[in-house]
Amino acid sequence: MSIKVKCFASMREYLDLSELEIEPGGVKNVADVWLQVAGDKPMPDNTLCAVNQTQADHSFIVGDGDEVAFFPPVTGG
Amino acid sequence: MEHESAGQQSTSHGQIAIVTEAFDPWIELSTYEKSHLTAGHYGAAATFVGTMRDFNEGDNVSAMELEHYPGMTDAQLQAIIDEAQAKWPLDSALIIHRVGRIVPGEPIVLVACWSAHRAAAFDACRHLMEALKSRAPFWKKETLNDQSHRWVEKNTDGYSAP
Repeated sequence: MSIKVKCFASMREYLDLSELEIEPGGVKNVADVWLQVAGDKPMPDNTLCAVNQTQADHSFIVGDGDEVAFFPPVTGG
Repeated sequence: MEHESAGQQSTSHGQIAIVTEAFDPWIELSTYEKSHLTAGHYGAAATFVGTMRDFNEGDNVSAMELEHYPGMTDAQLQAIIDEAQAKWPLDSALIIHRVGRIVPGEPIVLVACWSAHRAAAFDACRHLMEALKSRAPFWKKETLNDQSHRWVEKNTDGYSAP
């Protein structure tokens, strides 16, 4: 099992990362997932997060089998 | 719809579609009315069509790439329709949104609501569009006339915009 991480739009370019699976060990919440995939790069202030395709905040608890996404403000329509 | 679809969901009272090719909103409306609405049962249809401009933020724009989050975008659009259905007495609601490469003049989004009376149709249509703009995970990357690219950074609040 693992945690699937997805990045969209300018966030994908910022992290040079579209999709990645990480080991859940040591990961408690969304903020921990960011540290795993972004390393030293700070999270931009306007970053939005989703867990299992529902918007979530940085303290949202995640674990095995979850899908975590990072993306900028939405600009559709 | 006969064009390429990146996602489609249908319920008894509404339908959403995320499409990868240009669509004609007026043909879609006519087709949807014939297949999903009962003539004589509704008295009001309110529609919004959003079309790509060739200018933004003072620059000429020659094309745009529209990206979405497969799965989450579909779910958000369906949730927005479900909310509107709970708030207004709608016969039906339809959202079609384009993704992929798009050029000025092409429709980006169609939102339509059918109801017995105009107040519900107008209000629900506006609500669906504003909710889509603020919550549905789509992103636009513009190509300017000098072939440089830039991400559109945020949507304005439609209720306070000029």
